[in-house]
Amino acid sequence: MYPSKFDYHRPSSVQEAVQILSANPEAKVLAGGHSLVPVMKLRLATPTALVDIGRIEELQGIGRANGSLRIGACVTYHEIANSDVVREAAPLLAEAAGQIGDRQVRYRGTIGGNLSHADPASDLPAAALALDATLHVSGPNGSRSVGASDFFVDLMMTALQLDEILTAVEIPAAQAGSGSAYVKFEHPASGYALCGAAAVVTRTADGSCASASLCFNGVSATAVDAAAVASSLVGSDLSDAAIESAVNENLSIPDPTGDMFASAAYRQELAKTIGAQALCTARDRA
Amino acid sequence: MAGANNTNGAQGVFGSSIRRREDPELITGQAKYTDDLQLSGMVYCTILRSPYAHARIRSIDASQAEALDGVLGVFTAKDIEESGIPGAIPVGWLLPDMKIPEHYMLVKDTTRYVGDGVAIVVAEDQYTAHDALELIWVDYDPLDGVADPHKATVEGAPLVHEEAPGNIAFDWEIGDQEKTDAAFANAAHIASLDIVNNRLIPNAMEPRAALADYNSITGELILYMTTQNPHIHRLLMSLASLGLPEHKIRVIAPEVGGGFGSKIHHYADEALSAWASMQVGRPVKWTATRTETYLTDAHGRDHVTHGELALDAEGRFIGLRVDTYAAMGAYLSTFAPAVPTYLYGTLMSGEYDLPAIYCHVYGVFTHTVPVDAYRGAGRPEATFVVERLVDEAARVSGIDPAEIRRRNFIAPDNFPYATQVALEYDSGNYAGTLDKALATIGYDDFRKEQAAARERGQHLGIGLSAYIEACGLAPSAVVGSLGAQAGQWESAVVRVHATGKVTVYSGCSGHGQGHETTFAQIVASALGVPYEDIDVIEGDSGVMPHGWGTYGSRSAATGGSAIASAAQKVVDKARTIAAHLLEASEEDLAFEDGQFFVKGSPDQTQSLPDVALQAYLAHNLPKGIEPALEATSFYDPANFVFPFGTHIAIVEICSRTGHVTLQRYLAVDDVGNVINPMIVDGQVHGGIAQGVGQSLYETAVYDESANLLSGTMLDYAVPKAHFLPSFETDRTVTPCPHNPLGVKGVGEAGTIASPAAVVNAVVDALSPFGVTHIDMPVTPEKVWNAMHS
Ligand SMILES: Cc1cc2nc3c(=O)[nH]c(=O)nc-3n(C[C@H](O)[C@H](O)[C@H](O)COP(=O)(O)OP(=O)(O)OC[C@H]3O[C@@H](n4cnc5c(N)ncnc54)[C@H](O)[C@@H]3O)c2cc1C
Repeated sequence: MYPSKFDYHRPSSVQEAVQILSANPEAKVLAGGHSLVPVMKLRLATPTALVDIGRIEELQGIGRANGSLRIGACVTYHEIANSDVVREAAPLLAEAAGQIGDRQVRYRGTIGGNLSHADPASDLPAAALALDATLHVSGPNGSRSVGASDFFVDLMMTALQLDEILTAVEIPAAQAGSGSAYVKFEHPASGYALCGAAAVVTRTADGSCASASLCFNGVSATAVDAAAVASSLVGSDLSDAAIESAVNENLSIPDPTGDMFASAAYRQELAKTIGAQALCTARDRA
Repeated sequence: MAGANNTNGAQGVFGSSIRRREDPELITGQAKYTDDLQLSGMVYCTILRSPYAHARIRSIDASQAEALDGVLGVFTAKDIEESGIPGAIPVGWLLPDMKIPEHYMLVKDTTRYVGDGVAIVVAEDQYTAHDALELIWVDYDPLDGVADPHKATVEGAPLVHEEAPGNIAFDWEIGDQEKTDAAFANAAHIASLDIVNNRLIPNAMEPRAALADYNSITGELILYMTTQNPHIHRLLMSLASLGLPEHKIRVIAPEVGGGFGSKIHHYADEALSAWASMQVGRPVKWTATRTETYLTDAHGRDHVTHGELALDAEGRFIGLRVDTYAAMGAYLSTFAPAVPTYLYGTLMSGEYDLPAIYCHVYGVFTHTVPVDAYRGAGRPEATFVVERLVDEAARVSGIDPAEIRRRNFIAPDNFPYATQVALEYDSGNYAGTLDKALATIGYDDFRKEQAAARERGQHLGIGLSAYIEACGLAPSAVVGSLGAQAGQWESAVVRVHATGKVTVYSGCSGHGQGHETTFAQIVASALGVPYEDIDVIEGDSGVMPHGWGTYGSRSAATGGSAIASAAQKVVDKARTIAAHLLEASEEDLAFEDGQFFVKGSPDQTQSLPDVALQAYLAHNLPKGIEPALEATSFYDPANFVFPFGTHIAIVEICSRTGHVTLQRYLAVDDVGNVINPMIVDGQVHGGIAQGVGQSLYETAVYDESANLLSGTMLDYAVPKAHFLPSFETDRTVTPCPHNPLGVKGVGEAGTIASPAAVVNAVVDALSPFGVTHIDMPVTPEKVWNAMHS
């Protein structure tokens, strides 16, 4: 409940924030604070300084240009879930953000914080993977871009360096004929995803599957891209039966998580059910 | 029962759903809890807790912590010993041949659970106090630990206390073993179950806290603390922990944010805060973090049980046999030994006419935080055993679960009914609540719907729980003979001021129950004065000389009865004065709506305020009558009270995920006369939510080394509002025949009844899969496995 001592910085630009981080390897970025502050209160994290990026203008805002959607790292779940622009261009992200925690959490937590924290049970990583998001990063040596599939490295580990900041998330706007769904099976204590499935399906004019993606939260150390399921669906008629057999035959979760609440074996089974449900709903919306 | 009728009426205050007068302060954040209080010069205490379930302490080096700026002192068991106080944390219920290990405010050389107190820091501010904990270096020699109460008794298990071989704290039995075995030998059917009653963490919304202010000049200690029973804490602080004279200790419960039993018990932490104030000469505050709440508040339940129910060919119950391993944790907490014995074994007859019962209980030490009373305390565990066995009996005999209950109920004309396990039930009409519940839920229609749903591959289940509970623990002489080191009467003062306004003092100590409202309702009806003119004060041993607090659903039945008795004494005295003023004889006076008058001539009256003014002026009092108008009562109940009822749960199970959805939950309770129906509903709702929590979500999980794995709210699932349906409640009224209000208890009914209702519904839904039992909490994975094995 009482964190250990830390300095507090409130830079006004990304550049300034990066400078502070570079100078102090024990400093940490503070965004919505809804993951960082709880672990500091438990003294599981003891940064000597916090760099509050919450008021940096360039990290705010939702915009759409050239067929892609750009969301600043400090945009909150509430803004994402309620943005008409996001609902139109990336409805999957809006749906996932709307299912995070409770109202208070959604007013504070940010997309940048969620992805940087990379908690495997959180709700946005699978959506970022399924939507093939590009993550823009700034560091002492300038800016770079990382694809979502390269961003999540391991349990709570990302491609970010200690002195780098995630500045924005870019997502290709949804194509015509596509549908998506995020289906979450909650852990009754934390409300996080015991299994969360993000699905996108695009249909051709005749209704068959042009492309698909299916990604999971909560079932392994990082978000999982079930590429084999998705590719086996391409060309199919996307019937319930086609989806079920694609999932049952091709879904394999690498190193599935097992804990005191749910075993690895159960999570595998759950992923099949929740994954199929997400694909069916995405199909219905396509 | 005359008393009950008298009170139940006049102004219609008793029995109406008056809004809780407590709430405006609570919901606008104005209420002051212990941690909100600030005293000048106040400093803070933190407690270093063992990270090992079982370890020997080789040495403690606190020099770095002591050197930290702002630290007033670091203290260990040695310092407490040297201060010359008793320093003990006692057990308040003694069973024959029970092993009572020493338990001190800080451990002397061996830690016995994760969270056991090793040292304390006193510092100028909370941050420094927490920083200093990290600078105390303890050299531990870790030892093996054991958390499971059954495994702890197996040969070779690590011992919690050398003096308790096999980790057995006590070996207790009730009933007649020979007679019961004989009944089983003649049984046509036997229902048999192995049951784990999962361990629960109380999780009151407000963590425990203490603010101690010791005055070294006067030798007085004022201790503000999160307590359900200030007088018990005053007594134990004096006798066992601090050694201060009892009259020099004042324990005050400010607003208390829930307890569920966890704030009954006498823990080390509050005593340490008080002792620390004595050392540093300044007020000392300690507030548990949520982590400390998980690690140190006494847990509940934690039984491993084998139970059997014998039936004759007609489906009548002829014998019940129960064998239980009940965890005590590392030490014997305040009332812990009573919970799995006199609050458990004595309930094994349920609502049934059961001619032979035998219940055997081992109380077992484990390397865990102590287990003690948690909402329902023993009675939920007993009800779960009985009501699960009854459903299993229905299955093995092929009789419908509702019918088998009805067939075996104690008949309404069979009261008082002496059970085979020591209780004498005073009243009841069990078929009354069953019939009402079955009609409301539409039992027969549900069975048709269930069959149709099964055809469609949908899995619905219904579960009954026909419960009885014994609460309002009493009478004092009886509980004393069973081992209680406490009385179980209650005290009240009703003071009518000169202006006719009234202050009521009670020895109870509410912490969410709404006493300020309901106790005022009792007095308004008894005295005929406006409800608004009555204030209720409790939770302060400095203003209320004695009492035993609030737990075990005792406040209305015992505390309310004490208030009713005191109010009656006030009326009696007022009548004497009124008769004198009206120049009439007392026998000729009527008392209605707060007015005394001569029967037949209601024009000339003396109101209670008129009489009060005269009582205080004392210019014209009858001979031998003392001035003032107030009365004190010490009410010792004649018996327990016995609420009962039927709860029904309907669940739907998702065959693909194993997820259980509670679709409907109906409670038909009989709590006797009802003082405030809205508050009774609130108590029932809260109780059901906690019982559903136990059955579907909550469980304390320890690893093989007795580390608590479910130590945060990320892992320990307290039920949330959106998990629950809108509860349906209804009642029948069978007044308690032996107290002046005809009331029974209601605080625990929901937690007592609901786990069995929910699990019976789940097992019913899963019966096509051959499932006959499933342990709590019924997680999706357990259900999924049961459906797919
Ligand atoms: C009660 C509760 C319930 C919750 N339920 C859910 C849930 O259901 N689903 C879910 O997904 N999450 C849930 N969360 C977590 C929540 O989503 C957090 O907001 C999120 O994990 C972190 O985002 P944040 O903006 O709060 O980041 P912070 O807590 O401020 O930071 C998290 C970490 O990311 C780093 N960081 C933050 N922003 C950046 C950046 N732009 N660049 C580089 N590093 C950065 C920080 O240094 C820190 O290490 C819950 C949290 C709470 C308190």
